[in-house]
Amino acid sequence: MSDYLKEIISGTWSLFVGLGITIRYFFQPVVTVQYPHQTLPMTPRFRGHTELVPDPESGGPLCIVCGMCEKACPSNCITVRGEKREGVKGKVLTEYTLDFTRCSLCGLCVESCPVTPTKAITFSRDYNLAGVSKEAYIFDLKKRLEAENR
Amino acid sequence: MSALIQSQANETFVLNLGPQHPATHGVLRVKLTMDGEYIVEAEPVLGYIHRMHEKMGENRTWAQFLPNTGRMDYLHALAFNHGYVALVERAAGITVPERAEYLRVITTELNRVSSHLLWFGAFILDLGGFSPLLYAFDDREHILDLLESVTGSRLTYCYFRFGGVYNDIDDNFVPGARAFIKRLRERMPMYHNLVTKNIILMKRLQEVGPISAEMCRKYGATGPVCRGSGINFDVRKHEPYSIYPEMDFEVPVYEQGDSMARYMVRMDEIEQSLRIVEQALDKLPEGPVMAEKVPKILKPPKGDYYHAVETARGSFGVRAVSDGGNIPYRLKLRSPTFSNLSLFGEACRGMLLPDALALMGSLDLVIPEIDR
Amino acid sequence: MHVDPEILRLVAFLVGVIAFAALNAAYLVWLERKEAAHIQRRIGPKEVGPFGLLQPLVDGIKLMTKQLIVPAGVDPVLFKIAPILVMVPAIMSFVAIPFSDTLVARNLDLGLLVIFAFASVNVLGLLLGAWGSRNKYAVISAARVVSQNVAYEIPMLVTVVTLVMISGTMNLSEIVGLQMGGFWHWNILNLAASPLMPVAFLIFFVCMLAETNRAPFDMAEAESELVAGAFTEYSGMGFGVFFMGEYANIVIGASVATILFLGGWDCPFGLFPGVHWFLIKMYFLIFTVIWIRWTFPRTTFYGLLNLSWKILIPISFVNLILTSAMLKVF
Repeated sequence: MSDYLKEIISGTWSLFVGLGITIRYFFQPVVTVQYPHQTLPMTPRFRGHTELVPDPESGGPLCIVCGMCEKACPSNCITVRGEKREGVKGKVLTEYTLDFTRCSLCGLCVESCPVTPTKAITFSRDYNLAGVSKEAYIFDLKKRLEAENR
Repeated sequence: MSALIQSQANETFVLNLGPQHPATHGVLRVKLTMDGEYIVEAEPVLGYIHRMHEKMGENRTWAQFLPNTGRMDYLHALAFNHGYVALVERAAGITVPERAEYLRVITTELNRVSSHLLWFGAFILDLGGFSPLLYAFDDREHILDLLESVTGSRLTYCYFRFGGVYNDIDDNFVPGARAFIKRLRERMPMYHNLVTKNIILMKRLQEVGPISAEMCRKYGATGPVCRGSGINFDVRKHEPYSIYPEMDFEVPVYEQGDSMARYMVRMDEIEQSLRIVEQALDKLPEGPVMAEKVPKILKPPKGDYYHAVETARGSFGVRAVSDGGNIPYRLKLRSPTFSNLSLFGEACRGMLLPDALALMGSLDLVIPEIDR
Repeated sequence: MHVDPEILRLVAFLVGVIAFAALNAAYLVWLERKEAAHIQRRIGPKEVGPFGLLQPLVDGIKLMTKQLIVPAGVDPVLFKIAPILVMVPAIMSFVAIPFSDTLVARNLDLGLLVIFAFASVNVLGLLLGAWGSRNKYAVISAARVVSQNVAYEIPMLVTVVTLVMISGTMNLSEIVGLQMGGFWHWNILNLAASPLMPVAFLIFFVCMLAETNRAPFDMAEAESELVAGAFTEYSGMGFGVFFMGEYANIVIGASVATILFLGGWDCPFGLFPGVHWFLIKMYFLIFTVIWIRWTFPRTTFYGLLNLSWKILIPISFVNLILTSAMLKVF
């Protein structure tokens, strides 16, 4: 009998303790960020999709068309094309396509890039990625770079 | 049991729990044969999100498979990374710098805490309590911010590399991690007062869904499930890897085997993980975070290799057969939840539906890891 | 043309009661979302109108424009009539509730009985809807609802009988009239009648939660077990009417608790009694109901029956015997 009453009393008390905790939080300020109106600062290391790095002097891509990133990519989502041109050392980039529909954002491409001292590809900070067509996510990174230069 | 089923053959009905059911946390389907609200038989049906990770491993280089590991158990991605990376390092004979090992342990343990916090919230949600989920997410968000500042990603980190880690921590990480440990230690009593000591929760979990040590051995259950049944087994202690032997931590073991025991194991593990992180932060040595001589194209010598790590859900083992090429000949992944789920069918026989769901929640299922 | 003023009064009250019930149902959803959000340290609805106050309107439009799916194989009559069976008794009960000494639709001598009679019909609506929707989850839910209500009406009615014994009437206005003059006259603190009165209030409140299928006794909905229980197959306004019925039932439950235990429209300090005090007390109880929902996990079915048969019923009987003894002695 005393166990029975003890359980009722301790049980009821545990319920009131719980209610006390939630009501305390009720009067505390909210912790959420109202996303479209407010945004949080991005970490500098954010791994978004890749972006070509421009040459600080010419503004053209630093890419040397070695194809290392193409080979490193686990999902085969990178296509790099280049051509030999008269009077230019090495190859010139003609096409760099990132099929973002298949990309898993692992960052192996950036890691494999042999260009020094700054790598020829980097991560973008772009996280507002929403669209209505699949084609919009097959990025032509060379065009994006040119658009940025303009 | 079969005689019982036959005699009631026309009184039972089949209830499809899932593939879209709020309590199965993903696309698991459980075919329940029910007698009223009592479960006569339960049969988990798997494979709705099977992605052939093992076969994918045979089609790409050793390094290219790395991102896949985090996709299996997205809640404790770093431990899966760790298992695979450690296996390849063992196979190729790469020694990892000490600082990198420390960073691996720190981030893995933080990730374990975040996984347990999410489990805690989702489990209470299964039992019908809403607010603890949001409180747990509030804390978890701090871990994700910390890990994002190191790895650049919030869920599928892919932070470890063969021979080290992807990049070094920044200056804010150590104080940030210490502040988080302090914060979570202050919050833990709140969780216990709000949830653990709550009479409704105690009534729902105590002596509900008992799993015997015998059953754990039979089905190969590991992690908190077997530790809740009195089996003291933790890969970190019993097959030590990385720097765990240098860490001072306890393996929480509860004898009861009921859902409450599994709940308590995980809650205690959060505290133990915080202890490990704290010690590792204290001892964190200076130095490089990447081994110097890691070949660009990795070709581990011919042989058969195995490495196991302790994830939030149990022991994750990777077995690889190398034929000396740059692609694994065979990759076998032993994921903990697959074994933990397989005992569900036997354990929930004769239980009521809500109790069976409490049992299923206490197993901490992550479906992509079961289906791989 | 001469119209009997009594009929005009009735029509006015009917419109008023329906409007009150519908408005409450709509804005309690808003209150629930806001309160849940703040307990969880979020903001809740805030985009539609100031503080999201127009959210119920938008929700209503959304529910109304949605297709009413009648799945193949359901019993069409039961399936369609069930939401109404839940909604109508709840609105009917408002007729007997005195909001103040003058504001009452029908001052019935057996008002208390009317309310409990209508409260029982509500269960029937859920049962028929669940049975008619030909869904296994719904049928399990129906079985739970019925046995839950059978178990909880006993302690509730025993507690109410205690109160009727103290008051000597089943007229709700008179019950409140006996409690006028400050909070020490309220039944919850009527320790002279029985020292267990605060406990009786707790029992009544718990039974009210169970009667209205609110958490932690929301066995009928139990979304993590039975998907949506009795409402699984309902869509659009069919679901909406169920929902409004549930909230109207909560308002009724809180009103009855206010009348029986908290002195109705009486001011705690004996000053300015009136309808505002009734509403303050009622909404405080509703706030508590929502607060409880967002704090506790759900009980299991047998846990709920254990609570009822092993704890609530014995205690309420002890209270009944104690009260009758006290009434006889003093």
